[in-house]
Amino acid sequence: MLTRTALPRGATLAGTQRRALSRSAPRSYSPANSKTAVALPPTVANSSLLRTSRDDALWTPGLLWRDEEHVGVGRSEEAKRDRELKEDDLRPEEEGGRPTEKMNVYQAIRSALHTVLTKDSSSLVFGEDVSFGGVFRCTMGLADQFGQERVFNTPLTEQGIAGFGIGLSTMGHTAVAEMQFADYIFPAFDQLVNEAAKYRYRSGGMFNCGSLTIRSPCSAVGHGGLYHSQSPEAFFLQASGLKIVVPRSPIQAKGLLLSAIRDPNPVLFLEPKILYRSAVEQVPTTDYELPLGQAEVLQEGKDLTIVSYGPPLYTVETALHHLRQPDEDLEKLVPRDLRGLSVELIDLRTIMPYDIETIVKSVNKTGRLMIVHEAPLAGSVASELAAEVQQRCFLRLEAPVKRLTGWDTPFGLAYEKFYLPDHVRILDGIIETMRY
Amino acid sequence: MLVRQTALTLARRGTRTLATTAIRSHTPLTETCSSPHFFDAVHKGTIPSFRLLGPDGVLVKDAEEEWVQRAKGEDGEKLKRMLEVMTMLPILDQILYSSQRQGRISFYMTGYGEEGTVVGSAAAWENDDEVFAQYREVGVLIWRDYPLSSLMAQVFSTASDIATKGRQMPVHYGSREHHFHTISSPLGTQLPQAAGAAYALKRTPGRENSCVVCYAGEGATSEGDFHAGLNMASVLGGPLVYVVRNNGYFAISTPVSQQYAGDSIAARGPGYGIETVRVDGNDPLAVYLACKEARRKAVEGQKPVLVEAMTYRVGHHSTSDDSSAYRSLSAVESVKKLDSPIHRLRRYLESLSPALWSAEHDAKIKDESKRAILREFSKAEKEKKPQLAEMFGDVFAPVQGEEGQRYGGLERPQYEQKAELKRLIEKWGETQTWKKELEKFAGGKEAVAKW
Repeated sequence: MLTRTALPRGATLAGTQRRALSRSAPRSYSPANSKTAVALPPTVANSSLLRTSRDDALWTPGLLWRDEEHVGVGRSEEAKRDRELKEDDLRPEEEGGRPTEKMNVYQAIRSALHTVLTKDSSSLVFGEDVSFGGVFRCTMGLADQFGQERVFNTPLTEQGIAGFGIGLSTMGHTAVAEMQFADYIFPAFDQLVNEAAKYRYRSGGMFNCGSLTIRSPCSAVGHGGLYHSQSPEAFFLQASGLKIVVPRSPIQAKGLLLSAIRDPNPVLFLEPKILYRSAVEQVPTTDYELPLGQAEVLQEGKDLTIVSYGPPLYTVETALHHLRQPDEDLEKLVPRDLRGLSVELIDLRTIMPYDIETIVKSVNKTGRLMIVHEAPLAGSVASELAAEVQQRCFLRLEAPVKRLTGWDTPFGLAYEKFYLPDHVRILDGIIETMRY
Repeated sequence: MLVRQTALTLARRGTRTLATTAIRSHTPLTETCSSPHFFDAVHKGTIPSFRLLGPDGVLVKDAEEEWVQRAKGEDGEKLKRMLEVMTMLPILDQILYSSQRQGRISFYMTGYGEEGTVVGSAAAWENDDEVFAQYREVGVLIWRDYPLSSLMAQVFSTASDIATKGRQMPVHYGSREHHFHTISSPLGTQLPQAAGAAYALKRTPGRENSCVVCYAGEGATSEGDFHAGLNMASVLGGPLVYVVRNNGYFAISTPVSQQYAGDSIAARGPGYGIETVRVDGNDPLAVYLACKEARRKAVEGQKPVLVEAMTYRVGHHSTSDDSSAYRSLSAVESVKKLDSPIHRLRRYLESLSPALWSAEHDAKIKDESKRAILREFSKAEKEKKPQLAEMFGDVFAPVQGEEGQRYGGLERPQYEQKAELKRLIEKWGETQTWKKELEKFAGGKEAVAKW
């Protein structure tokens, strides 16, 4: 579980520091549990989940700096020189402290790719239309800077891109492949599930394609219809050997992508496309990583646990605002006794292998759980987590686990508002779960 | 086209860093014609097969002088070794095929009739050329001195099977040391992977003279991965030879007439802009020389080349298949008699010099291989399966550091499920069915107790 600050145990800073340092004092992101009033419901534009000051950005929990020259795939213990936040890093930039820069998600992705291409000479970035910068601008300028041999367009063939990436990777090269939309990953399903996921296992560890990362824009975008809105993560849950990651913000996107690329396993990195431009943070410009396989507790609470990942986290934030201070039209539907509800909000971040310990610890405390995601219900991540939690927390559960997801229908264009779990459905889910 | 010509004349590496679409301009309208020109072939009639040795093992009369000279200039010892491996393969197949029939191994696939294609091509590669195979190319491994003990370990899923740790079906060989990428069952998946590996070679200092070789059967070429692989390789470049074993008639039971309607596979190569050759796959000499030339073109041009070898699958598709259900045995017999790649090369070598091949040498090779195979077979058959713990290993890379210590190097789900199996074995391990099964694994129940 990650609720630690980025300082080594027992370290102290000069008294000029505004913040008291201790591992057990996570920064509370959201005022959702506080009694102070907030005028406007938060959105991605003004979300308290985003770190918009340099100071906050540098305090990202679990952040590890990777300053050594060359960083390849896999981690030899000797070469491991990660380090946590030090006093020097916090000094003003002009005095040699860590720089940060205002970035949205696509810029943060680009920054991560730039870091990899700079430090790992075997790394390659390729896919459909990445050469001119990518249809979402994630590879802007990279082909000019690193050459057409390292950042290049491929023919329009997803199974080809995946197979090609596996081939590069088995030869020890770092392959970062892009699928233009997660909706179009299915032609590559065979290569990813039958080949990439099983490469190490089936060869007795003799061969692997651990240096392969597949990036792909996913999830709803307001008007994507059937084939520009899908969240296919659950399809890959059964492909043991494949890791799946979904970031929620620019800082997370860069840190998790750098980890994914350097992780010695093939990783499917799904980027919520609606956040490409809308989520903005101060992102450290140097090389850092955030750990895979660990959920993050964004806000501590004692009455109800909400687990989500990607864009719905912001919808939950909006819903919690309305729970505290309902708009006039919501007033009569939100029970007064729930307005002071203390909610624990968890970002799953890694879908596989998921951090069940953090969730179990939380549910054992709160006794109630709601899982929120955009993908349909049947065979979903929510179903998986719900089953695990009821097995591990059976005696602590006060209510059925609530799965708040997309419906079991294709993603119809005109129906998006009623397809997605919006703040109204989340409010209803909270009320139903608390009233059980 | 100017670009293509310059690419061919560029023998220096690095000049092909332009190997992306950026430099190619395809303008189909540079030439026009005054009537609609429909066409369905790249060659008048069918593309001819390159052949040097006739069914009787004698150099064909109309063979071009250049290639006759090349054949004659070839190292006799190399041809001799080719024939030795080709002579050994059917013996290996026979022993393992029968053992499957007796229920001693679960599955097997023979390469009867395709020895010429597989060994002829294998001899044309350098030993560190990266091979991506389909499943009927064990001859390449034998050519590279893959130990029979390792081969048997894989087929029997023994504790010595480092290639697959008992996790894959028989004949799914692999060896890093022999640059032979582990075989997998899904057809055609290796085709785009080989394109990626070739691109990697192109960028690997010190591997300037290496090549990737990718084998597939004619059935697999109907998969989308064939299209993806050849097109990507052609556009992105990298030293690569695709060898399609067109074993004439059958992807399992499907004859080629139901597999494609064009002039087979070779006709597709030019459509991708890939230099292509068709060769008589039952003529080991022609296969060898054509593949050597294909390899030269691939390495010098840093590009893919396609070789289609026309051969015949004499054996059943696999041990799960009885091919008499869909083809006449008499037809198979006649091919065996009239057109055997082993017979052809043998006659040719005998005609060159009795020192190269003789009835005595033939008998000696057969006897020695049979004995060696049976020796390793018996050893492997007695060996235990790997430790049961191997079922959970290598799903993910070994986990390092604190996390790794917590779960014995495994990721959490594998660690927890392994612990659950341990609990079950401690509780039920003495029951009849489980007890019997557990005894087959190295260390048995005691090893599980240490989990």
